[in-house]
Amino acid sequence: MRTLEGRAPERVVEAVEVERSGSWTREVVVGLGWAVADAVVVARRYLTHLVRRPGEIVGTLMIPVMAVLLFGFVFGEAMGAAMGVDSVDYRDFLMPGLFALTMAFGIGNTTIAVVTDVGRGVVDRFRTLPMAPSALLVGRGMADVVAALVDLSVLVVMGLLIGWRWHLGPWAALAGLGLLLLLRMAFTWIGIFLGLLVRGPEAAMKFFSLVFPLAMVAETFVPARMVPGWLAPVVEWNPLSATVLACRELFGNSVASGDSWVAQHAIPMAVVWPVVLLAVFVPLSLWRYRRAGR
Amino acid sequence: MSGRAAILARGLRKGYRGGGMALDGVDLEVEAGTVHGLLGPNGAGKTTTVRVLATLTGFDEGEAWVAGVDVAARPRRVRERIGFVGQYAAVDEVLSGRRNLEMFGRLYHLGRRRARARAQELLERFDLVEAAERPARTYSGGMRRRLDLAAGMVLDPRVLFLDEPTTGLDPRSRSEVWAAVRTMVAGGTTVLLTTQYLEEADRLADRISVLDAGRVIAEGDPEGLKARVGGGRVEVVVADVEGLAPVAEVMERVSGVPARVEVDALRVGVAFEGGGAALTRMVRALDEAGLEVEDIALRRPTLDDVFLGLTGSREGGRERT
Repeated sequence: MRTLEGRAPERVVEAVEVERSGSWTREVVVGLGWAVADAVVVARRYLTHLVRRPGEIVGTLMIPVMAVLLFGFVFGEAMGAAMGVDSVDYRDFLMPGLFALTMAFGIGNTTIAVVTDVGRGVVDRFRTLPMAPSALLVGRGMADVVAALVDLSVLVVMGLLIGWRWHLGPWAALAGLGLLLLLRMAFTWIGIFLGLLVRGPEAAMKFFSLVFPLAMVAETFVPARMVPGWLAPVVEWNPLSATVLACRELFGNSVASGDSWVAQHAIPMAVVWPVVLLAVFVPLSLWRYRRAGR
Repeated sequence: MSGRAAILARGLRKGYRGGGMALDGVDLEVEAGTVHGLLGPNGAGKTTTVRVLATLTGFDEGEAWVAGVDVAARPRRVRERIGFVGQYAAVDEVLSGRRNLEMFGRLYHLGRRRARARAQELLERFDLVEAAERPARTYSGGMRRRLDLAAGMVLDPRVLFLDEPTTGLDPRSRSEVWAAVRTMVAGGTTVLLTTQYLEEADRLADRISVLDAGRVIAEGDPEGLKARVGGGRVEVVVADVEGLAPVAEVMERVSGVPARVEVDALRVGVAFEGGGAALTRMVRALDEAGLEVEDIALRRPTLDDVFLGLTGSREGGRERT
């Protein structure tokens, strides 16, 4: 692209402002400050949506809640028996899987919200504002973490009602919940990227039908040692599995994890996986956002 | 044209990813404080031109300046000086009108208090005070569009881009939006709007560029463009076929040009300069000749005629806008 810095056509020249003076570091700090402030404004927007349309949270919780009932009470005994534990222990084992499952299903809401904003021209409007280019996406990410907190609270209460407990004290339990939120944060950015990539909610739903099996082919309902051998590595290396295993460890679940490498390093892997996903999908999303509509 | 150019584009070229040119050398000069209309069939490059100037998309060649800022070199600085209202009313459906405007105020980096005050001002200016606390999804099409315009005006931008501002609106909402646009221009904002409605360009625009296939094929004020396809026509409708010939004879004598006789429509028309006085002369001559007429009218050329004459089509029929 040819630019004409320095020889602006005479007619358009008006007071060309002198650049704001200030050191480079100061500009970065000020820029970051605005980026955060802008993101908070955007996050408030999405949280208002959540409050005004609680259906979104109910929708997200529908599957895990049904799963609690189905796997906890209908299949629980059979599955527990297969694993060699009683149904109470199976439910104790099950809940961390369902927590993580819920984090994964949040991808759907994120994607659809982003697709809708793109389709309605909201993204175009935001892109013509002098705000930080990252703010719309970061704001969405922040709102999603808050929404996840609500999801988790409901599920924790439900778990406590059906006999799930943390056995290693509140701090370990909080650490586990923190890992779940970290996972959700990573998944949020996959959702944002998909939302910027696909055209229309229908296409988004197709992607979502891929998430469903991926969330199941993990340590969610049964341990890796109980799936067919060829599938076991998929289960072990599924990002969801690391978080599920780490939570079971931190909550002090009595069912022994497998002896795979991932299972032996569940807690560090539950940090590494989300960080890797973030490192990939945050830049991808920002890149895609800048190019939206081209 | 005198005065400063709020928008200046020279030789803008932009290719489609799949090949072909979306913009094939667009030149545009819009004087500050005026309304400029971009008119053209679908796929002519109207929307692309606006998107380029509003920093939403890049261009391959040429130069563009908006509000004194080089679009390619300093897009962020451009964004501080423009408002953009796209084809869809890009307001948040769930938030109330007031919350929408406050949010945009915050994103334009007004402080909380100033954003709030500005929202109130805009609600008053765009006649939305009564609906201020209702979610935007309950608004009528016209109200939503007004809210959309208000959101584009948060900073009192020097240049406002409107991409088909009244597409899909009913006539009443459309005139509401027109009134809102006139208010903005009265406040000193320069407006670049695209439209498919010739009437809209005629009513709002001080100058018009007609685009076709990524180029500006005509530029001028609405009257001037109409003059290019000729002056007015006087058309006379008679009661029966026998009346056509004598009426045509009188009309040719008065106007000095050959008349066009449409037998099916029982209509005789001549090209005619001179407006109302000419019409009076024609009526008098017909009356003196003792001829009966059913209807007589002075028809000025519309922008439809201009459009048709220049592009050879009413709706180009290409896919992309």
